[in-house]
Amino acid sequence: MTVAQLLNNLDVKLLSGKDGLNKKISGFYIGDMLSWVMAKAEEGQAWITIQTNINVVAVGVMTDISCIIIAEDAEVDPDTLKKAEEEGIPILQTSLSAYHIAIKCASVDIHE
Amino acid sequence: MITIQRSYVVGKNDFTKAGEVSSNIKKIMKQVGVKPEIIRRVSVAAYETEMNIIIHSYGGTIEFMITPEYIKLVACDRGPGIKNIELAMKKGYSTAPQNVRELGFGAGMGLPNIKRCSDEFSIESEYESHTKLILVFKQSM
Repeated sequence: MTVAQLLNNLDVKLLSGKDGLNKKISGFYIGDMLSWVMAKAEEGQAWITIQTNINVVAVGVMTDISCIIIAEDAEVDPDTLKKAEEEGIPILQTSLSAYHIAIKCASVDIHE
Repeated sequence: MITIQRSYVVGKNDFTKAGEVSSNIKKIMKQVGVKPEIIRRVSVAAYETEMNIIIHSYGGTIEFMITPEYIKLVACDRGPGIKNIELAMKKGYSTAPQNVRELGFGAGMGLPNIKRCSDEFSIESEYESHTKLILVFKQSM
């Protein structure tokens, strides 16, 4: 499944990073402590977080994750969106909590 | 693969530029065809190192070198130095201030992450002077 397909399956908005919509999703990861995510997130995973400062894009680039899903409509800094656009890392946003995003993600088949 | 060398200046509290040096290092590694597994380890270590300088130091430099045999990162800052290196190396221990923690830093995973990612790790710090990190990543298999 690509980020674009996930976008169609979940009730989320695309805020930035459309160049990365073709990235393949290998799984999901939830976390708000950046160093922890750096250590644990795996390539291709969609990262669910409430962190929205510009450093989330850097973490995304370093770990080769497929996209960032912002939970609970946390407001995203304009700098973050600009950087995500430059780096081609899709930023998605939803009103759902990380827990409810995870439940929805569990019901989609990422291998399709 | 030819030898490439870069030197970067990293400023104190420069959060908005955060990740610029490590992004640049990652791009160079991709361009010269470093193995993805090594790119990831060097990128994570470089980012943590860059953020450590931004969060904890008065500013410093990161030097980056690629040779056919290894990749090397040398980070040196102008202080204030680490009081207790053993504690700083412990997972979960952090001296990051509250405003930085709100940005998602301060998990106390920075130095342990750096050590885990590198093949050779050395840290030298003198309180009220400097901290120097030398990281080596082997390329040959």
